Amino acid sequence: MPAISFQSVSKTFQTARGPFQALDGVSFDIKQGEFFGLLGPNGAGKTTLISILAGLTKATSGSVSVMGIDVNTQAADARRVLGVVPQELVFDPFFNVREALQFQSGYFDVKNNDAWIDELLDSLGLSDKANHNMRQLSGGMKRRMLVAQALVHKPPVIVLDEPTAGVDVELRQTLWQFIAKLNKLGHTVLLTTHYLEEAEALCQRIAMLKNGKVVALDRTDELLKAASSNVLRFKLDAALPPALAAKARVTGRIVQLPAHDALEIERHLAVLREAGLNAEDVEIRKADLEDVFLDVMHANTPQETV
Amino acid sequence: MTGWRALFYKEVLRFWKVGFQTVGAPVLTSVLYLLIFGHVLEDHVKVYDGVGYTAFLIPGLVMMSVLQNAFANSSSSMVQSKIMGNLVFLLLTPLSHWSWFFAYTLSAVVRGMAVGMGVLLATALFVWQSSALNFSLLPQQPLWALVFAFTGASMLGALGLIAGLWAEKFDQMAAFQNFVIMPMTFLSGVFYSIHSLPDFWQQVSHLNPFFYMIDGFRYGFFGQSDVSPWLSLGVVGVSLLLISAVAVHLLRIGFKIRG
Repeated sequence: MPAISFQSVSKTFQTARGPFQALDGVSFDIKQGEFFGLLGPNGAGKTTLISILAGLTKATSGSVSVMGIDVNTQAADARRVLGVVPQELVFDPFFNVREALQFQSGYFDVKNNDAWIDELLDSLGLSDKANHNMRQLSGGMKRRMLVAQALVHKPPVIVLDEPTAGVDVELRQTLWQFIAKLNKLGHTVLLTTHYLEEAEALCQRIAMLKNGKVVALDRTDELLKAASSNVLRFKLDAALPPALAAKARVTGRIVQLPAHDALEIERHLAVLREAGLNAEDVEIRKADLEDVFLDVMHANTPQETV
Repeated sequence: MTGWRALFYKEVLRFWKVGFQTVGAPVLTSVLYLLIFGHVLEDHVKVYDGVGYTAFLIPGLVMMSVLQNAFANSSSSMVQSKIMGNLVFLLLTPLSHWSWFFAYTLSAVVRGMAVGMGVLLATALFVWQSSALNFSLLPQQPLWALVFAFTGASMLGALGLIAGLWAEKFDQMAAFQNFVIMPMTFLSGVFYSIHSLPDFWQQVSHLNPFFYMIDGFRYGFFGQSDVSPWLSLGVVGVSLLLISAVAVHLLRIGFKIRG
């Protein structure tokens, strides 16, 4: 039995400008105990898929189950085995940290949960904030509080929708250590993130969504292997020649170009030389998940007339 | 506490933590009504034989506070949670629509009753010296008073839940409160006996369920009322069932809270 199973899930929203298809026949399974990454650009349908899984939205067609329990027909039972960290930074301003966790435990019928609540607070670095009102917490603390609230009932399946947005580097480490520990203890983890190096480091398998469709689904190491193996990276003050611009990943002055072998690297540099441009700080590195991601997204862009 | 009781307790604690504003403020408002209207109208308005106007006004003000605050509790809690987004913490739980219904409605009853008791005590203190009242403040039939306070508060709590689910912005909620709840409570006979109205407006008042709640509640105090308490109980009971059915249905289908 898979931990999570998506079967031909489609979702169409009715908007003022007509129907919008957010998900188009998404099917895949996540095994029990897996650390699974769901990636995709903004608007790809990641959050819609998670909302359907969590029972916040209904699928237009298809079915979703958690630990073999249908999220639509047995909604209450499905929610008991699921812990969801929502993407929006929400909180209840009336209560302090401990009260919020005690109430959340109560909703899941968990009695006398103080020992586990203390452990959660300790693991997430919130122990000294237990009696602080939610309003007094910083953004990063509120984010970790969302994680704590999702875990009060020790769910076998944990879903994290952008859990590290706005959390500083050190606390991201703390958070991942804790989630990795839960994963080792047997909890299944489904993660969406925009920090691709986190996904690369943590996830055993990855699915990539684009325009509501699964465009890649494989083990993380296989995805990395299949991509162009090297990247040529340099700094440039001028605009890139059009021949290279189409393939490049540009961040300010930094240009990164996929290259399979030495010949292709030479060819790239030749184009620069012919254009009379001088590349600085030239280096060659192994392709990472971000390169794979851009490759996949680029390959799945419909050819539009400009 | 677990299940719906956890949500009930959370909802009670929510208003209690800001009790100055959720209980204290409406008590003060009612005392002001009593001081002004009681003082100005005591010798000018005849209601029931042997019942002074101030004594007549007190149960009306108490019940009006019970109803308005029961409505305010469930409606403001729901609309705030929706707008702040923290309703998601409830949406992710296995709590059933019945749990939601009972937790929100009963916590609204608690708020309504707390404010009602506050108004009763405060007004009693203010009219203590007034010898004309001679203990008529004590309900003669407390069970009737309690039954109407409870069913009325439940109905307004359920109605607040419906309004909270429906409203997407605070101004929509304010419109509901100002254009539906306020006129219906003010035109329900809080400040007058409907026998003093022209025929036409008497007939109109009989279509307002709030009238029966106030009238029934007042029967508990004086043992006399504009209509039979049994008729009032029937009207209030049926209204409560209808509104509860709508509220439970909206929660079941996740009206405006599950996409």
